[in-house]
Formats: sequence, C-alpha cells, structure tokens
Amino acid sequence: MELAFNFAVQFAQMLLVLALAPLLTGFVRKVKARLLRRQGPPLLQPYRDLIRLMRKEVIVAESASWLFRVIPYLIFAATWVAAALVPTFRTGLLFSWTADLIAIIALLGSARFFLALAGLDVGTSFGGIGSSREVMIASLAEPAMLMIVFTLALIAGSTQLSTMAGFMVSPAVGLRVSLGLALIALIIVAIAENARIPVDNPATHLELTMVHEAMVLEYSGRHLALIDLTAELKLLLYISLIACLFAPWGIADKNAGALALATGVATYAGKLVVGGFLLALFETAIAKMRVFRVPEFLGAALMLGLLGTLLLFVSRSF
Amino acid sequence: MRGLGFDIAHLLAGSLVLVSFMQLYQDRLSALINTFALHAVVLALSVAWQAYIQDAPHLYVTAALALVFKAIIIPVALQRIIVRLGIHREIEKVVGVGITMLFGMGLVALSMVLMLRVTAEADPLAREDLAFALAVVLLGLLMMVTRRNAVSQVVGFMSLENGLVLAATGAKGMPLVVEISVAFSILIAFIVIGIFLFRIRERFDTIDVGALDRFRGERT
Amino acid sequence: MALLLLLYCVVALLAAGLLTIAIARRPFARVLVYGTSLLTSLISLCVAVSILLGVAAASSLRLPLGLPWIGANFALDPLSAFFLAVVALGSAAASLFALGYGRHEETPERVLPAYPLFLAAMQLVVLAADAFSFLLAWEFMSLTSWALVIAHHRVRENMYAGYVYLVMASFGTLSLLLAFGLLAGAGGAYGFDAIRAANPTGALAALVLILVLVGAGSKAGLVPLHAWLPLAHPAAPSHVSALMSGVMTKVAVYGFVRIVFDLLGPPAWWWSVLVLVLAGITCVLGVLYALMQHDLKRLLAYHTVENIGIIFIGLGLALAFKAYGMRVAAALALTAALLHVLNHSLFKSLLFFGSGAVLGATGERDMEHLGGLIHRMPHTAFAFLVGCVAISALPPLNGFVSEWLTFQAILLSPDLPSWGLKVLVPAVGALLALSAALAAACFVKAFGVTFLGRPRTNAAEVATETDRFSRASMFLVAGLCFLVGILPGFFIDALAPIAEQLVGARLPVQSTVEWLSIVPVAESRSSYNGLLVFLFITFSACLAAFVIHRLASDRLRRAPAWDCGYPEASPATQYTASSFAQPIRRVFGTVVFRARERGEMPPPGDMRPARLVVELHDLIWDALYAPVARGVMIAAERLNKLQFLTIRQYLSLVFSALVLLLLVLATWS
Repeated sequence: MELAFNFAVQFAQMLLVLALAPLLTGFVRKVKARLLRRQGPPLLQPYRDLIRLMRKEVIVAESASWLFRVIPYLIFAATWVAAALVPTFRTGLLFSWTADLIAIIALLGSARFFLALAGLDVGTSFGGIGSSREVMIASLAEPAMLMIVFTLALIAGSTQLSTMAGFMVSPAVGLRVSLGLALIALIIVAIAENARIPVDNPATHLELTMVHEAMVLEYSGRHLALIDLTAELKLLLYISLIACLFAPWGIADKNAGALALATGVATYAGKLVVGGFLLALFETAIAKMRVFRVPEFLGAALMLGLLGTLLLFVSRSF
Repeated sequence: MRGLGFDIAHLLAGSLVLVSFMQLYQDRLSALINTFALHAVVLALSVAWQAYIQDAPHLYVTAALALVFKAIIIPVALQRIIVRLGIHREIEKVVGVGITMLFGMGLVALSMVLMLRVTAEADPLAREDLAFALAVVLLGLLMMVTRRNAVSQVVGFMSLENGLVLAATGAKGMPLVVEISVAFSILIAFIVIGIFLFRIRERFDTIDVGALDRFRGERT
Repeated sequence: MALLLLLYCVVALLAAGLLTIAIARRPFARVLVYGTSLLTSLISLCVAVSILLGVAAASSLRLPLGLPWIGANFALDPLSAFFLAVVALGSAAASLFALGYGRHEETPERVLPAYPLFLAAMQLVVLAADAFSFLLAWEFMSLTSWALVIAHHRVRENMYAGYVYLVMASFGTLSLLLAFGLLAGAGGAYGFDAIRAANPTGALAALVLILVLVGAGSKAGLVPLHAWLPLAHPAAPSHVSALMSGVMTKVAVYGFVRIVFDLLGPPAWWWSVLVLVLAGITCVLGVLYALMQHDLKRLLAYHTVENIGIIFIGLGLALAFKAYGMRVAAALALTAALLHVLNHSLFKSLLFFGSGAVLGATGERDMEHLGGLIHRMPHTAFAFLVGCVAISALPPLNGFVSEWLTFQAILLSPDLPSWGLKVLVPAVGALLALSAALAAACFVKAFGVTFLGRPRTNAAEVATETDRFSRASMFLVAGLCFLVGILPGFFIDALAPIAEQLVGARLPVQSTVEWLSIVPVAESRSSYNGLLVFLFITFSACLAAFVIHRLASDRLRRAPAWDCGYPEASPATQYTASSFAQPIRRVFGTVVFRARERGEMPPPGDMRPARLVVELHDLIWDALYAPVARGVMIAAERLNKLQFLTIRQYLSLVFSALVLLLLVLATWS
C-alpha cells in the first residue's frame, strides 16, 4: 500500500514535470515580452508549437547517420529521468536512491555529449560552431556544478537529493557563507547550462551568436519537438533544483498526507512563477556576452564553488 | 555557539571577501569605484552587526564612519577625479583575470589555514572573522600589486584598510580614539595621493605607473 | 597449483615467441602466435578470477633459477591476482583483435616473435615475489615493448620514439633498482617477504617512495616523466598500442601499489601530498595535451596520461586515509583507483582497437583526413562510440562508476586532520572534475571528426568494415564496459580482499544490496544503481518513440543539408579537429601551452593562399627534457676527449686511479 502510494507519487512527479515544462517557457517568454512593452505570445503557445512540430514530416540531411535520428530520443530520455529525480513537491521520492546529485549531473552531461555529436553529424560548419562552443562552456560549467555539489554534500552529509532537500528544510542548516556562495554559483551555472542570456540567446537564429541553436540547426519535425521539449525540461529541472535546495519551504516530506502534498504542489507552482519571473527580468536587464567572456563568467562560478568547498573543508561551521 | 547571529556575522564577512574578488574582476575604473563603495557598505553592515551582537555601542560609530566616509564621500570624490582626469572609460589589466583569481583563491586558502591554526584556543566567532579579515587584507594587497593605474592602487589600499577594520572589530573592538585617528590618517593619505595624481598627470600626461618607470630610466 | 598453471602458461608464451623467430613469414605463424596468446591469456584470466573470488587460495613458489641464494620467487595473492586478471583480459582481447588485424602487418618477423614475449614479461612482473625477478621481468617487458615500438623501422618518427622510450625506460629501471637496493638493505634480503617483515619507515621509506614514484611513475606516465608515452604508444602496431596503454601502464601502477602499500610500513601523511599534487597536474595536463592533437592514436596516448592521473588521485587519497588510520575510507579510495584500473584497461583497449581498425581500413591516423566513417564502418563506429561514452564517465557505463567512487572518497576527506590536505584535496577535486569535463570534450572531438560528418579525403570515402575477429574483440570489450557499468557491485566485491590485504578494512558487501545498487559508505549517504538508470533511460526513450510514432507522425524524407541556405558546401568547410578544439585552446591553451594563432596573409597581388598557423609549445619538454638532453650532450662531448689521449696520459690515468683506491683503503675506518 505504502509502496503503491510512493510509486504513484513518483509517477505523478514524472508527469508533472513533463506537463509544466512548456508552460514555464511560455510564462518566461510572456514576461519578457511584457517587460519590453509587447503583448507576447500566449501562455500555451509552446504546447501548440510542440504539437505542430510533431505532426510534421522530418527532413533529414543526406549525410546524416542513424545516430542523428536516435539522439533526440536519447537526450529526452536522459533529461526526463534526471528531472523525475529532482524533488519538486515532495522529498523522499521512490527512486531517489538510484541516482544521487552527481549521477543527475552526469546524466545531463551525457545528454550534452550526444547533442554535441548531433551537431557534428551532418558535416556542416554551423554544427561545428555549436558543438565546439558547447563543449567549451561545458568544460567549465560541469566542474563548477560538481564543486557546488561538494559544498552542498558537505553541509547536508549526503549526495542524495532527497536527503539534501530534507536537511535544507530542517532548522539545522542555518545561514551559511558557503551556501550563499553555492547559490550564486548555481545560478551562474544554471544560466550557462540552459543557454540563456548572457551566455547564449535562446531566441536568436544568427549563427555567429548561438551555441545551442547552432547544434540543432539541421533538426526538424518530431526530432526538433523532442529537442525543444528537452530544453524546456532542463530549464524546469534547474529551477526546481534551486528551489528545492535554497528555497525549500512548503515542500512536503516523506510521510505527508494529502493536504501537505497539495500544499507542496501549490508552493512548487509558486516557486516556478517566481523563478520564471526573476529569469525573465534578469535576461531583459543584461546584455549577451561575447563568447570568449563566457569562460571568465563560468570561471567565477568555479571559483565560488571551490571557495565554498574550501571553507567547508577548513571548518565545518562555515 | 551556533545561532543566527553567528551565521549572519559569517555571511557578512564572507560577502566582504566576495566583494574583494569582484573588485579584482573589474577592469573599468568607474565600475571599480562602485564596487569599492559596495565593499564599504558591506563593511559598515558587518561592523554594525558586530556592534549588535557584542553589545558594543561605540562600534555603531565606526560603522557610521565607514558608511559616510568610505561608501559615500570617497567614492564620489574618486568618481569626480577620474572624470576630470578623463580616464573613466579606461580598461586596464596587468596579469590575466584567470590567474589573478586563482592566486586570490590561494591567498584565501592561506589566510584560512594560517588564522585557524594560530588562534586555535580563541572564541570561534572571532577566529573565523579574523581569517576572513586577513583574506580581505591579502586580496587588497594583491590588487595593488596587479594593477597599473594609480587610482586602482588607491582603491586596493582602501579595501586593505577595510580588512583591518573588520579584523579590529572582530577582535572585540578598538577604542574610538584609535578609530578616529585611523580614519583621519586615511583621509590625509587620500588627499596627498590625490594631489600627487594631479601633479603626475600634469607632468607626464598619464598616471600609468609603468610610464613612471620608463621616465626614471629603469625600463625601456 | 594455480601458480604452477600460470607459470606453465608463461612458459608456453615464451616458447611460442622463441619458436616464431624461425617461422615468422609463414602464413600460419600469425594464427599460431595470436591463437596461443589468446588461449594462454584466457587460462590465466580464469585462474586469476578464481583467486579473486576466493575459489582458490593464495600461494607462493620458489624455483631454483636466477640468483643462487634466493632463487626465483613467485607469489599469487589477491593484489597480483587482480592485476594478472587485468593483464590477461587485455592480452586476450588484443590477441583476438590481432587475429584479424595482423593480416595488415607488412613485417610480421619483427612483430610476431616479440608479442608473446611481451605478454609473458608482463605476467611475470605481476607474479614476481622478489626484487631480482621483478626487475628482470620489468626490463624484459621494456625491451620487448621497445622491439615492438620500432617494428615499423622505416618510419623515422618510430626510431626517434624508440630511442626516447629506451632512455626513459632505463632511467625508470635505474630508479627502481635503487629503490629495491634501499629496501633490501646491506644484507641483500631481496625477497618480498623479507622486505615486508623489515617494515621500513621514516627517511628510508620516504626515499623509496620518491624513487618508486620516479621509476614506476615514468612507466605509467606521470607528469613530468610522461614524454615518451605519446611518442612510443602510437608508433607500435595498434594491438600493441592497446596493450601498452591499457595494460603495461597498469603493470607500472601495480609496481607502485605493491611497493608503497604492501612492502613499506605505515605511510607518513606528506607522502599523499606528493602523490596528489603530481596526480592532479597529470590529470589536467594529460587531457589538455590530448585536446590539442589531431593524430588519433597520439590523442589516445595522451589521454592515458590523464587516466593514470585519476588512478593516482585515488591512490594518494588512500595513502592519506591510511596514514591517519581511517581504514574504511582508505578502502573506498583504493577500490575506486583499482576499479578505474580495470575500467581504463577496458575502454582504452577498445579505443585503440577502433583506431587500429580505422588505420587498417583507410591507412590514415590523422583525424583531419577522415570523416563520415560511420556510414562505411558502422560496427567499428558503434564500438568506438561505446568506448567514447565510457571514457567520458557518462552513466550508465563503467567510467562513471569509478569516477563516482573517487568523488565519494573526496567527500570523506574533510575528516583528515592535516591542514595541508584540507586545502589540497578540494583543489584536487576541482582538477578531477575539470579533467572529466575536458575528457568528454576530447572524445566528442575524436568521435565526431573521425566518424561523423562527411569524408574529407578519398581514403575515408572508400573505407570498408574490418574483419570478424577485430569486430568480435571490440564488441566483447564494449560488452564488458557495459557490464561493469550496470553491475558494478560484483566487481567492487571482487576487489574487497585486496583492500583487506593492503589497508586492513573493506567496503560493505555490495552484492547483497537490494536492487543491485552500490552503497559505498552508508545507505543514507549515497548510492547509485547503474542497472536501474539504464532501464529507466531505455524505457523512457522507447516510450517517447512509441507515443510519437503512433500518435504523431513517423514520416521521414532525405534531402540536402539545410546549412543555413548555403548550397552544396564542400567537405572542407566542416569543422576539423583543430577548429573544434579552438575555443578550449584559447581558454586554457594560451596559459598551458603558450598557444598562439597567427594568420599569415600574403601581400596583395600574391596568389598564395592565406595560412592560419597554430603554435604550441610543450613547456615541460622545454623546461625539463631539453636542458637535460643538452647537459648530457655537453658532458658527452667533454668525456669524448678521453678517447684521444696519448699513451703516457692513459698510463697516468691508470696510475692515479690505483693511488686513489689505495688511499681510500688506507683511510677507511
């Protein structure tokens, strides 16, 4: 009975993240448009885009291989599995012990690996631009993320996300310097990984300024729909991660009843709204960086993560 | 003795180190002066919080002094100077940003290890604040060493002094008389440096200290 | 009993090698040599695994060969059994691969005799139980691999590579000789049992550690003694490269582990500082060097350097934990390092086999002349892809498991009391994370430029798939990579007796954890389940494919590439290996290699093409090797004058040497 209930909660989380991801992207676009005094597309437009793309015929380049056609499914699967393991409205997910935070980051890393391969598959120069810039950004964003994981793991005493989230809700955590450093670093890494301004422009299709869009330039139809859905899911994942680790109030705990679960879902939706709004505000207020200033930006995140870990190694009370 | 007060003191001291790093990262002069103003604001907050938890009202005066002088008067004056010197849009760097940051990290690690080892029996709040304060002092020195522009070196010197103030408040405060004398000596030093900057600029048409070396014949 | 069987296998290999000298050019010689190697390696593998699983017991043996007062001692304990298993597995895979690949060999008389001798030598190093047999087998291993490196002697770089290799190998053996001399002491107690009983500690042990780091480290490829590795490993035939990178470096790691963890007494904490600093630098430098290469085999060789760095990070952490008596943490770090030994030998062999297949099919090693091979060589491409995913430490394959265990060991280290280690370990952790991310970038480049895209030259356009044996070998190794990735618990349990032997503790039993997860420290702390992650991903991918194909569209049409509307771009407009690495070269390379890009524009009116020149400086070569080589040359010039003395000068030389010795004898107390 207990097992069935936990399984239902885990399953509900999987469906919830999938359902909410396009809505979050639609919300961010709407807020950005309003801040620029435009009407903006309707909130449900990303859903319509996905359905439209899925119905279309796929056009594949003659030089593309079987890998090109398989990769969208692979990266979608990896990102969906990772997103299903990040606590959103309840900690203590049924399968949280299968993959801790390091494994979740590595799953996102494999999605990125395959996407970079997809960029190189057709053999055009645009794919090459996207892939080479993407791996440069990843070579700094991933170590920064791992340093953040170390900082959080040293505070919470575990790398399991559910345990970490539970610890962050409890009063034992306090207001630590290293947590502040980890938060700033995580925000920088999240911006870089999700290809938002100032690292990459998700709305442009100018080849000289894009990273993610250049890699997926040759995709069309249902493949492109899956890749777009994956990107939206990844944004939701990172905002949920920041919410569950640094703003965990309202999250239901393992033995919660139906009322606590409903509160958890409502607070989660609220956190998504706040996160989306802040993201839109930040993207509107700041300009995109030149590509070769991004390593400095991410280097700062790596330094912050390293500083946080160092402080915790030196003294547990930091 | 863990508690909210402890944590906030740490948070403010850590933010001071963070703002020192931000200063190292800046390469535009007016942004640097704004970051220095932020540095002074964080220092004022930190000293004020120390006054609250240590129950030492004279530290509120120190905080107010830091806020008025270092966060308002000096940055405004410096902004005016650089506009008059015409260098407010310059970008300058001596060593690359990456290496400077790495070195800064090493200095923070060094000060942590040193302070926590040397003061092993003292009060935990004071120890860790002293460690952060030493880190700020070292980062201020690093800034003076890695910059060419005399204004940046002045800012580095000021942030070094901020670190000293943090150390002094952490070690259960200084008498007010010492604080006033330190503040005045800083002001005098500042005036002198300002005069020199104008003189240098008049004579050599630049305040790049590398140019001074050239004119002294030490470098071709 | 088991040991005797293993020694018979070694003798069989030696016999095969010596016999083949006579018959190397005959057509059946290849099948004979590689078939015998395959068979004996499989037998050794079974014996070694049986020892690890506890089916057979440890044993030792003394043969009346070699030095009369100690004979030749051989022993088989869990540590040697594990490394023997790694050696045997690599040898078996390489022999299977070579059954097919060996057809391309133009000078079989230079390769076939030396190959079984090389395998025999590696097995003897692992089995040796006294200093004399160990060093003899070590030198034998160096010499046979040197013979294989210069097999294709008509190529000038190979002879240079062989020369550098020989010099470095001799230097390494000299250090090990000194180390064993110090350990054996004035009494000449060369047996490992005697050395272990003497329990060396203090300054002597520290000196031995440094000598072993130099000696075994140079063979393994630790920076700054790695310079021979990227020259020698690519020069040998591909199956031998796989053995050298995947297996011989692990034999060097065995030497280090045996001497430092087993023969020396309790370690001092600062030993781990030395090992960790060297390992961290090796990690990052190795992968940065690899990223700058466009020769596929040289890229793989430099990447071996990075993985050796990762292994030594685990070993350094184990030393630190052992020095402070944190036994279970030491077991975790040691297990992580040893599991990475196994994993690396698997995926590095696979990648070298793949590059060998590509070399055989196209005749090219340079990635910038390849491309689009996934269409022409689909099976090789798939196996190579599995190797790339494994080496980039991506779940659910095996590279991720050992990396995850190393990170868990790092997370246990705040409890170390030393301040130096408290500051060093986070820095080393950051370097490890950085090298993992750069490794993924490196292998996107290697796979993408070689196999994906469009063919850049004619050689790539007409390539054909390799033969069955090569493909079988590659798929077997890829399958093993997958197996270790999804069922790591069994392999971790197999390593437990080694941890017991060396650090006195073991990890909790993994094969009884529910759902086959691994729980290295405690359930509440961290756990990982490779099998379930793999099943989840497969299930989600299939579900997505099914839903979309049924409910939406499944039509597909081929058309020319979109390419932003540019028509019919030539394959030369694709990204090359150098252009792919350009962002990373600009970020990291300007500091580490003084990398500079220069555009050479001809003046107007000149018809020559503009050129983009990339300059890279190997700073370690310039700072360390070049001055030493110059110094040696200068000393040699000076000493050369001794060849041209007159008779009177020779006589006075002899006379003064005699007088000096008599003086020493007179004043010796």
